[in-house]
Amino acid sequence: MRIAVLGPFLALIAACLFFATQSDRFLTGENLSLVLQQAVVVGIIAIGQTLVILTAGIDLSCGMVMALGGIIMSKFAVDFGLTAPIAMAAGISVAALFGLTNGLLVTTVKLPPFIVTLGTMNIAFAITQLYSHSQTVTDLPLWMTALGDTFSLAGTKVAWGTLLMLALYGLTWFVLSETAAGRHVYAVGNNPEAARLVGIPTRKVLLGVYALAGVFYGFASLLSVGRTGVGDPNAGQTENLDAITAVVLGGTSLFGGRGVVIGSLIGTLVVGVFRNGLTLMGVSSIYQVLVTGILVILAVTADQLSRKGAR
Amino acid sequence: MAPQSAWFRAPTVSVMATTTSLSATAMARILFITVITLFLSLGSFSAQKQPVIGLITKTETNPFFVKMREGAQAAANSKGAKLLTGAGKADGDNAGQVTAIENMIAAGANAILITPNDSKAIVPAIRKARNKGVLVIALDSPTNPTDAVDALFATDNYKAGVLIGQYAKAALGGRTPKVVTLDLFPGHPVGAQRHNGFMIGLGLEAPGAGSNTLGTAPAIACAADSYGDQAKGQTAMENCLQKVPDVNLVYAINEPAAAGAFNALKRADKEKNVIIVSVDGGCQGVADVGAGRIAATSQQYPLKMAAMGVEAAVEYVRTGKKPSGYTDTGVTLIAAKPMAGVKSADVKTGMELCWGKR
Repeated sequence: MRIAVLGPFLALIAACLFFATQSDRFLTGENLSLVLQQAVVVGIIAIGQTLVILTAGIDLSCGMVMALGGIIMSKFAVDFGLTAPIAMAAGISVAALFGLTNGLLVTTVKLPPFIVTLGTMNIAFAITQLYSHSQTVTDLPLWMTALGDTFSLAGTKVAWGTLLMLALYGLTWFVLSETAAGRHVYAVGNNPEAARLVGIPTRKVLLGVYALAGVFYGFASLLSVGRTGVGDPNAGQTENLDAITAVVLGGTSLFGGRGVVIGSLIGTLVVGVFRNGLTLMGVSSIYQVLVTGILVILAVTADQLSRKGAR
Repeated sequence: MAPQSAWFRAPTVSVMATTTSLSATAMARILFITVITLFLSLGSFSAQKQPVIGLITKTETNPFFVKMREGAQAAANSKGAKLLTGAGKADGDNAGQVTAIENMIAAGANAILITPNDSKAIVPAIRKARNKGVLVIALDSPTNPTDAVDALFATDNYKAGVLIGQYAKAALGGRTPKVVTLDLFPGHPVGAQRHNGFMIGLGLEAPGAGSNTLGTAPAIACAADSYGDQAKGQTAMENCLQKVPDVNLVYAINEPAAAGAFNALKRADKEKNVIIVSVDGGCQGVADVGAGRIAATSQQYPLKMAAMGVEAAVEYVRTGKKPSGYTDTGVTLIAAKPMAGVKSADVKTGMELCWGKR
């Protein structure tokens, strides 16, 4: 499992080395801090997505749920004058509620995750547009955007949001690898029937995973609002595929049960590094899309081959 | 009715070839079609009294198009016309617009107003509509070729670019321009026209209004795509700032992208030394001009485009007179600080007019 992250990690290092030779600005602390800041929204969504994919599921609703959470928290703060922490909690709760709904539909009604989240994706999008009247919410209270602010660390500006993302990755990695609940997630993804037979409450695990994924999407809303300084009803439209891309690039198996959450961070960064590096080189960012496509296929091929090897 | 009879014919053949139990289905189908045809002919009968006009926007959600729909609805109400609306699913979605055209023809529309997502790919569907006697007017963006529609009501986007370019040149006051451009996405005519117009206004060489290619020059130190989106615009600006830390002028395709650029500059403590110019003149954008975030913007009038389109469509239904060619719906430079030699309106005027509030 550790080896699964090695490939993506080497790809990230190779990309960084390449861009370092192309632009003397690439390897500066300021620029690398920027790449991290640009990765926070997709990066945190990718944590939730990793959990779901580890159970052999998929979540298409993540981006739209993130946008809804952002609109809820910014409108609650501006329209009702709620203080920032309460408005933020409201937004995260709505996102968690969507996650819980996904989980209930998957575990109780036994619908395929793809279909469930396809449905909730559209529902979240429609509610976002209706509730916001498709208008961007501006003039947010200062605290709402605090996570987009930066502090100085050894002369480099680091965003609070970056720290939050890294903390969430650390926490999730610890829970997944060191606790029983975490091992249960892998077990359910590997073989749900066997997991049930050894006494793992598979339904509860699945329900917990989807609800927790919703919480992560809520945190992503917080960071999206913090970064852009507005509640944007058109946010999140490509984030579902971006997050799935990051998870797959990070070596997590789409068939469930195999993967390391840190890989998804690496996957997010690979895409971000190409976008940043190509701009520094003055090359059209469409090549980032091209490279991402190639890397996705390579990553899934590697997973497939290692699966065959394991049997 | 051609597509319906084709749809009808196919099952009949299969009925004869297979079982009799299906012929009941076929009978039901004949009945169904008779009812539909009756319904449609009733529809077209009543249309002689009330013009039916379709409006197809690029997306449902962009505030620009929300405004355009409001303008069309108001004009339709005052002229006693019925307005149908449709849209693509996302910027660039051609298939959704083709479906909308087909549905509107089926619903008996006499005229269709469309803001094409794809200037070339939409042309066959438009041709089909016009062959059925439907008047088609392009709003906001031209088709390629431009004469694929009866008429075009749009902003002169090249001129919109020239105006902000001229303003920027005056505002720089002799400083050598170090420019970041936050463009739309590759290959879109409006994106190219604004970009190239801006370059001309700035005194650089650039392709003409007919070109779909973004002009380049040494003064343009970084060009990146923003997709007209605030978050993507911010990311693009942050990356460009790494390449060009001493930027002094930013051109943004629209105001959301400009807001993203301002955010990126503010985070780098550079917002005071950089001039941001943009196009659109939406109410939020004009407010940003007032707040000093954007120096100047070229204001366009979607509400007016839609209202003029509806009026022309109603006239066509009532008198048979078709509009033709290109009608410029006007563009005004809005700036908080006027520059000598560049004509501009102030923020108050911009707020009164934002997106054609009249």
